[in-house]
Amino acid sequence: MSRLRAFGGFWWDFVVGDDWLSAAGVAIGLVATAALAAEGIAAWWVLPLAVLVVLAVSLRRATR
Amino acid sequence: MSAAFLVASAFLASAVEMVEALTIVLAAGLARGWRSSLVGVGAATLALGVVVAVLGPALTVIPLSTLRLVVGALLLVFGLQWLRKAILRASGYRALHHEDAIFTRELEQAEHAARVDRAGLDWYGFTIAFKGVFLEGLEVAFIVLTFGSTQGSIPLAVAGAAGALVVVAGVGLAVRAPLTRVPENAMKFAVGVMLTTFGIFWGAEGAGADWPGSDAALLGVLAFVCGASLLFVRLLRRQRRTAPATAEARA
Repeated sequence: MSRLRAFGGFWWDFVVGDDWLSAAGVAIGLVATAALAAEGIAAWWVLPLAVLVVLAVSLRRATR
Repeated sequence: MSAAFLVASAFLASAVEMVEALTIVLAAGLARGWRSSLVGVGAATLALGVVVAVLGPALTVIPLSTLRLVVGALLLVFGLQWLRKAILRASGYRALHHEDAIFTRELEQAEHAARVDRAGLDWYGFTIAFKGVFLEGLEVAFIVLTFGSTQGSIPLAVAGAAGALVVVAGVGLAVRAPLTRVPENAMKFAVGVMLTTFGIFWGAEGAGADWPGSDAALLGVLAFVCGASLLFVRLLRRQRRTAPATAEARA
């Protein structure tokens, strides 16, 4: 069990790192893009906007 | 255009990781002896080869839209981490990355660690070199495989990474010292921008969005990410002048 936890912990650390909020923001941005695109609405602008917001929030948390 | 971008991205990302791995291997080799350290490098290279041999063919059977969605998401998560740290460094909120300081710290730790022999090797030297090369190399393997498979040309991405290996290993062998004159912080900034740019582009395509101008939109995304990053650097520098940085952000 502890080995499984260590394995999971390694991959969590490798992919998500120390800022889970950014990963969550990316996931929300992708879901919103997919939802708009499925409705036939132009959705290319969603991810750039999401990146801007995620970066702003992440930097604010890091410098607070 | 995207081919050149692909090779440049693979080269830069690989070079940054290889410079860091070289620092660790040099410290292990000088403090613990070259034999154990080089065996560690060889074992890590072998392990990375297995990872690439298993993952490479597996990626080619995944439908392109699914691959772009997953790869885009992962690149965005990676890219945003790199970019955040690069912006914090550039604005003075985080200490700059100095290979000589890291080398000194690694060397000191390696010199003071107890000697344990296993399989005829100094285990500390072996594991430090193995972990350094494997962990840094894993990121290189990930970037090369994802960039290559998503752009439909793993050989081009491999060429970029191989170029970085030749340059970093060649210079490392020649000077036998950490590559302190490599503009590593600027390179990390560039890698963060590139990973985020590809992440936005492929992530949106994978999620079903169409870019105006098709592939040419990549340049627009690149300009957007560069502009936003530089704006954040400027804003944080101004903020830092008016309010002292917290200890946490400096760590």
